[in-house]
Amino acid sequence: MGRPREIILKLMTETSPKVAERDESALVAEAKAGSYEAFEALVNRYEQKIYRLGLNITGNAEDAEDVLQEAFLKAFKKLPDFREDSRFYTWLVRIAVNEGLMKLRKRRSDKSVPMDDAVNDEGEVTPREFADWKPNPEQQLGQTELRAILQQAIASLPPILRVVFSLRDVEGLSTEETAATLDLTVPAVKARLFRARLRLREELSKTFKRETMS
Amino acid sequence: MKCQRCLQELSEYLDRNLDEGLRHEIEAHLEKCHHCEIVFDTTRRTIEFYCEGEIFELPSPVRARLHAALRRKCGTNS
Repeated sequence: MGRPREIILKLMTETSPKVAERDESALVAEAKAGSYEAFEALVNRYEQKIYRLGLNITGNAEDAEDVLQEAFLKAFKKLPDFREDSRFYTWLVRIAVNEGLMKLRKRRSDKSVPMDDAVNDEGEVTPREFADWKPNPEQQLGQTELRAILQQAIASLPPILRVVFSLRDVEGLSTEETAATLDLTVPAVKARLFRARLRLREELSKTFKRETMS
Repeated sequence: MKCQRCLQELSEYLDRNLDEGLRHEIEAHLEKCHHCEIVFDTTRRTIEFYCEGEIFELPSPVRARLHAALRRKCGTNS
């Protein structure tokens, strides 16, 4: 006996290969013209990335699911206004980032989550760990364990650093796209990225460094 | 070049945003300074871990709920 509910959901959410292969700008044009099938093909293309972004920003699975749903619902509603002067993905990321930041602000209602303040109070970034890493730590760890370590490390960063790192180094946006998405200057993005990378390195070093002989 | 100056350029070096002269200066320093070499190498590997690995999977129930919500709220007019 199969699991009818899952099968039905799978059928509902799968798109035909023909749709999946279509060029993105054609899909966007069709979705703007009202094709739900085309919109769903765009959702299929980016849902994993948007969920990952939501998790990276909020650090919380429940909030990430809300970000995922809200981002695509808003994208569907705003699609007629999308002028295609940026990539669809960049436009979608911007919507998702705003949803993620709103979630953070709600959770920390006593404090805002500043994106444009000075970075001087974000802690020391001078490297402290100078031990080399094991050659292939990822091969010695299971996939689940490695994911847990990476998730824990990014969650330890302050929000302003993990958002910048997520956009630049995980989602692959350019520095300029990241700056535009977050309403930051290019030097501010670079300064945050530098801090985020160094702090993550310090975190991962705790696990990945070679054992020294005593 | 001193370590502090070298480390300041770490991010720009990894993003290949530096001019050739400064890049060579940094590489000359890295050949002599084991600590800086480790910091550069492990930072590069840190970035690779995050950009190469699918660190978060979209669980199937989350995906199913997303598509159900979208169909319910957006799909009726198509």
